[in-house]
Amino acid sequence: MPNSKVNDFVVRFANVNGTGSASANYLFAKAVFRMGIPVTPKNIFPSNIQGLPTWYDVRISEKGYLGRREGVDLMVCVNPQSMPEDVLAVNSGGYFIYDCTKALNPAMIRSDVTYIGLPLMDMCLREFTDPRQRQLFKNIIYVGALSALLDIEFSVLEQLLAEQFVGKEKLVAMNIKALNLGIDYVHSHFTYPLDIRLERRDLIGDKILIDGNSACGLGAVYGGATVVAWYPITPSTSVVEGFESYAKKLRIDKETGKRNYAIVQAEDELAAIGMVIGANWNGARSFTATSGPGLSLMNEFLGLAYFAEIPTVLIDVQRTGPSTGMPTRTQQSDILLAAYASHGDTKQVLVFPATPKECFEMTAEAFDLAELLQTPIIMMTDLDLGMNDHMSEPFHWEDSRKYNRGKVLNADQLEDLPRFGRYLDVDDDGITYRTIPGTHPTKGSFFTRGTSRDEYAVYTEDGRVYARNMDRLLKKWNTAKDVVPAPYLYQKENKSSYGLIFFGTSTYSAEEAMDTMASSGLDFDAMRLRAFPFNQTVADFIHSHEKVFIIEQNRDGQMRSLLINELDVNPQKMIPVLNYDGMPITVHTIISLINKNLSPVINGSTSKILS
Amino acid sequence: MTYIRPKFRHPDLPKNDLGYTTKEYEGSLSTLCAGCGHDSISGSILQACFELSIAPHRIAKLSGIGCSSKTPNYFLGNSHGFNSVHGRMPSVATGANMANRDLIYMGVSGDGDTASIGMGQFAHVIRRNLNMVYIVMNNGCYGLTKGQDSATADAGSKSKAGSVNPFQPIDLAGLALELGASFVAQSFSGDKEQLVPLIKAAVSHQGFAFINVISPCVTFNNNPGSTKSYDYVREHIEATGKSDLIPEKSEILANYESGTGTEVMLHDGTFIKLEKLAANRDPFNRMEAMDALRDARNRDEILTGLLYIDPDTEDLHHTISSSERPLNTLSEVELCPGSATLSEINEDLR
Repeated sequence: MPNSKVNDFVVRFANVNGTGSASANYLFAKAVFRMGIPVTPKNIFPSNIQGLPTWYDVRISEKGYLGRREGVDLMVCVNPQSMPEDVLAVNSGGYFIYDCTKALNPAMIRSDVTYIGLPLMDMCLREFTDPRQRQLFKNIIYVGALSALLDIEFSVLEQLLAEQFVGKEKLVAMNIKALNLGIDYVHSHFTYPLDIRLERRDLIGDKILIDGNSACGLGAVYGGATVVAWYPITPSTSVVEGFESYAKKLRIDKETGKRNYAIVQAEDELAAIGMVIGANWNGARSFTATSGPGLSLMNEFLGLAYFAEIPTVLIDVQRTGPSTGMPTRTQQSDILLAAYASHGDTKQVLVFPATPKECFEMTAEAFDLAELLQTPIIMMTDLDLGMNDHMSEPFHWEDSRKYNRGKVLNADQLEDLPRFGRYLDVDDDGITYRTIPGTHPTKGSFFTRGTSRDEYAVYTEDGRVYARNMDRLLKKWNTAKDVVPAPYLYQKENKSSYGLIFFGTSTYSAEEAMDTMASSGLDFDAMRLRAFPFNQTVADFIHSHEKVFIIEQNRDGQMRSLLINELDVNPQKMIPVLNYDGMPITVHTIISLINKNLSPVINGSTSKILS
Repeated sequence: MTYIRPKFRHPDLPKNDLGYTTKEYEGSLSTLCAGCGHDSISGSILQACFELSIAPHRIAKLSGIGCSSKTPNYFLGNSHGFNSVHGRMPSVATGANMANRDLIYMGVSGDGDTASIGMGQFAHVIRRNLNMVYIVMNNGCYGLTKGQDSATADAGSKSKAGSVNPFQPIDLAGLALELGASFVAQSFSGDKEQLVPLIKAAVSHQGFAFINVISPCVTFNNNPGSTKSYDYVREHIEATGKSDLIPEKSEILANYESGTGTEVMLHDGTFIKLEKLAANRDPFNRMEAMDALRDARNRDEILTGLLYIDPDTEDLHHTISSSERPLNTLSEVELCPGSATLSEINEDLR
């Protein structure tokens, strides 16, 4: 099939973790990106530091589809442990690259797959003396082989290595040598390039390649976060690491050399969120990042922040849970836990980024929202978005932008006020005025507590006062509906009786599914959710469609439940499209599940067949 | 304790350097039981802040949950207060302090709030040497849930209903010493003369200052057989010596005979004067403080006073090299790197 697979295939690297394969694999993905071709790498890794199987999938798609695709066209297998399943994962007609230093077990041989043996271990033993170098350069040799087999421009690889090892020319030279070992071996042993191959395009524009967690960290720097408290947990750890690495460069006071930020690694997630609440109460912008188990632990404090009305920013990088192992896989399964986090009548504001650009923007915006609404803002990202590199629109910032600190009274305002009421709904929007400790010698102080207080923050256990406060909190909730990021509609007017709803990392595959189904003649309207609470647009979208498919990555259709519960819609028309095996949802899963639901209709009334 | 407090104040009430009387340091009326040790401690906190002439709005009061944690409502009404989550006051105080290093943080907790549910946060706030005062109002029982034994109740101590606590107590002062606290004191709610100067010294200390105050629960743990009753504590108390805090501008040593005391200079320029130290007591020696505490315990005595101080200690802000300016005063100007920098970052990601 000549040319049919140019710029449209999946490469999977099967490695042993802890062997330095990640940077070699990234080099490959980045080279594709630099050749102007849309690329999406995904790291599938174990809860382990050294010795267990790890995979790195790279999807190359001229059409710009960035979702995970099933089936591997070219497998680079350098891990004997996982070889049996790696062989089976290759598409018929695909390629299997392996280390032929040792003869291939005949049981591994499939007649519909082309085998390409590279004597990686042999070459390393011969060319390098240091044991660690032998291990590391094995990875670079196969990248070299791939560059010959797939037509990667050598100058691109050279340039990337030069950028990676600035000032370490010796390392660059050794890497180039390793690349050439792979290239030369292919040149002298195989026909190249393969039918799957790369051709330079100009499809990237000004896009960037970055992981969502780093983008969140950078967003927090731009959003003015100064106090960060956290507890290590995969996959959220790199949010704070990202913040710190940017802050070290961008937040050092020029005169004193001191840091215009403070980070504390807390003793647990309870302490982390407690610190964030304390800092925000005291007028600093503060955030933490965690994952499912941490969110569970933070529930009590999230309730306090809700009732005491303290701005709080929490980034939840969702994963499979609990325990260890599967938690290094992705999921969107904290939706309900986050939406109703804590005891008592609580509802929390959630935002759902889908790209690194949105991770950056929504994190920065979360600080404005938190202070505007005086409540926790929980960003619901996930492992796939957070820890994998994604092609994204570049980050953007308006220099005229000011932080919106919300309703905070300063000393002069307090001076002019006859009596300050912390929970007095002066503006009739449910949002009241707060003061920061230390503002005024005699005015504006109040005692912060949960629910037992009146409009002037005076202690009371009067049930009527409590109910009045709860109603005001609901009014604030309604105000929030049109303040939070609006849903994104894919059409100006409805053109189908079927609607798709999705959010976060399901977006890539959902968009591809829409394209694919449209080319089969079946059009869907679609809406991408970007926040909770849902506004009227979300309700209207559901009400104006006969069937609505809710695409999400958890077992119980948590977003579907939330929509049904909050918007009082008929559950019968809300069809769940779910994936919960820990791998990012694919276009194949989406189409086959929709197909399954629609097939009686299709068979009965139309002849449309979905691919 | 419900009564109506008269609004009238004597016109000749003494004024401090700010021109305030103690009235400016009062809070709401206490609703704790009549005779509760906690109310006496509240009074000592009030007195200490008055005597130090601290502007009330420069103090932030923080607490967890329990009878003790209700008390910040009953002193320093012109200060912001935060009645947070059970056992989690240290984390809220940590965040607050990180946000604004210039305020004084007065943390109030109880034995349940600190020695049980809050043990982890207590240990870690010590480890970080957060610049705060941490007072435990220690009555050996859970008052607000009606008298259950707490983790500081002594083994063999009898509850009001007659049951005997079978478990070893957690000695919070000993633990604080072990964990490296830079200021550790112990006192008794009924000994205002000792407690007020200790609180003043704790406020002046530029690091974590811990005061464990035995504070009898008149309702649930003041019976014969309890080791946290007024009678028991009065009979078993042993003081390390008298201490006083001398403000920076006072004539040092003016009122003290030389050779009878030790002065400790604190980082804010004040001195703590320790008088009549027990034989061979050295307030700078952590090991010795631990030994003295243990020896007193073995004699069934409660050692009170300033047990240990490290006047040269460096707090969390120093450790993490954070800005001298309070972080909550920084704006876009200092915090936002701007669009030109962002363009460079974008370029690096291509």
